[in-house]
Amino acid sequence: MVDTAVSAPPRRTVAGKRSGVRRMLQRKSTVAFFMALPLILLIALLILYPAFYSIHLATLNKSMQRFVGLGNFQFLFRRETFWLVVEQSCIFALSAVFFKALIGFIVAHFVHNIPAKGQRKWRGMLLVPWVIPPAMSTLAWLWLFDPSYSAFNWVLAKFGIGPIAWTGEAYWARFSVILVNVWYGAPFFLIMYLAALKSVPEQLYEAAAIDGANWWQRIWYVTLPMMRNIIAITTLFSLIVTFANFDIVRILTAGGPIDKTHIFATWAFRIGIEGGDIPLGASVSLFMVPILAVAAIFILRDITRRGSEV
Amino acid sequence: MANAVLIDKAGPRRKVKYGSMSRNRAWAMRWSYFFLVVFAIFFLLPPVYMFITSLKTSAEISAATNPWWVYSPTLENYVALLTSRQFLTFLRNSAVVSLIVVTITMAISVPAAFALARMKFWGSATLATGVFLTYLIPDTLLFIPLFKMFAVFSDWTGIQLINRWWVLLVVYPTLTVPFCTWIMIGYFASIPKELDEAAIIDGASWLQTLMRIFIPVALPGLIAATIFAFTVSWAQFLYPLAFTTSIDQLVLPVGIVTSLIKGDVFNWGQIMTGALLGAAPPLIIYAFLMDYYIAGLTAGATKG
Repeated sequence: MVDTAVSAPPRRTVAGKRSGVRRMLQRKSTVAFFMALPLILLIALLILYPAFYSIHLATLNKSMQRFVGLGNFQFLFRRETFWLVVEQSCIFALSAVFFKALIGFIVAHFVHNIPAKGQRKWRGMLLVPWVIPPAMSTLAWLWLFDPSYSAFNWVLAKFGIGPIAWTGEAYWARFSVILVNVWYGAPFFLIMYLAALKSVPEQLYEAAAIDGANWWQRIWYVTLPMMRNIIAITTLFSLIVTFANFDIVRILTAGGPIDKTHIFATWAFRIGIEGGDIPLGASVSLFMVPILAVAAIFILRDITRRGSEV
Repeated sequence: MANAVLIDKAGPRRKVKYGSMSRNRAWAMRWSYFFLVVFAIFFLLPPVYMFITSLKTSAEISAATNPWWVYSPTLENYVALLTSRQFLTFLRNSAVVSLIVVTITMAISVPAAFALARMKFWGSATLATGVFLTYLIPDTLLFIPLFKMFAVFSDWTGIQLINRWWVLLVVYPTLTVPFCTWIMIGYFASIPKELDEAAIIDGASWLQTLMRIFIPVALPGLIAATIFAFTVSWAQFLYPLAFTTSIDQLVLPVGIVTSLIKGDVFNWGQIMTGALLGAAPPLIIYAFLMDYYIAGLTAGATKG
């Protein structure tokens, strides 16, 4: 007993060191860390680093050799185009998200109303705009809005309504980019709301019907409270995506006529990549951060709350 | 009368009790169908018009005839595009980029999701939330700093990244990996703990647990994530527009937008044909795997 106790420790330390490294490598948390390492590297190098790098870029002058502090922002604040872009970005994002949510909500009810065996077919058809790459479908819209061959104007002419300059006139162009965005995004809301509608227990509606609630009261007091969570999170998601939209505006109007439809992303591209002023472009795109941050905080709060409930 | 007959067929006994209610329901149904048709027309109009235009000759497109009808259908636009070396280059670039990006995405996000869902380590909970937050950082915020980073990188190492199609293999995973990891975490977390505990007790390693148990059980989630990664990388427009310019380096969406529009001459027949061919792969996948597609779509917000 004593013998082994005395002679054991030195052997154990030698072996212990070697197997300590091996045990360290085999430990669950170490294995897990190495499995997640590519993800961590990707996020750190290609998402977080560029995000902070753009803050650094925004403080440089055009040739990127001199530190100008907030000079780029001061320059932007004095430009009329910048305020146009701010205004248009807000109009674009808020109205597009509102109509996407509204149309999604209404159409989801229609799909929910019809017999279950037909729902799959309709849902499949109505989701098509979301499936087509937006760059491709916007080309179709561009052709539908064509100044001389517009198929819409052909139909309107039959009713005696004069040709509309869909992408040529500032207000119509603003309407057009919003319309295309609503067309593209409404199916997403439709799918989310449909899933939420299916999770509302039928008994609640029966109880409401017994209490004599009309259809409006059923929606206001039963459907909306039950769907509140999904509505909130879908709207926040869509707000982020719409605010950061690029494809639709870029292809449909490229910001024109006279910069009236530029939003942050397209204007940043025009200045930063096409105009070669990378710091100014980075400054413009940074203006998307506040709204993204606010939306992200709300989404995160929702997720952590649901996480703690489980 | 016809209404009453219909109700009779549906439930003769109910008619007496809830006559007005089922009549309301029948009317609601009819209105639902009416509005569904209206919205379906609105939603399907652009793709249908794409198809109509793709069957027309240039002469018919510029003629003052009914634009919604094809008088002399032709496949010449399809033939012209599918035999043009330029278009086939776009198609090949798009296919190669998308397939490699899907592979990279799955190779990164599946093990990471497994580690985050099952094998807790220091900071893993924070990382899981962080993964979701990075998904919310849009490409429109990152393209300018990435552009500058690649320029600096080529100054340092002499490796030119800008205007090479494979630069997209580096940047596309930033769009696909966070979301795929997030939904895979959700799917993995929903697998009962007893399953992997039994495997570990039987002497399986973590890798074996992942390959033999988690991946087969979470296969629907894996398919949904794969579809998502493919459609995102196929449809991405901003990064290739910013990072590639030479005709032979372009992917399909950018190629169609920049090369088929020559100056002020728009060859709309070919543009619409190209757009339709560009939209075809996601549409075909969607047609066959709609349920997985929708599962992936709703998983982002409802799971986790």
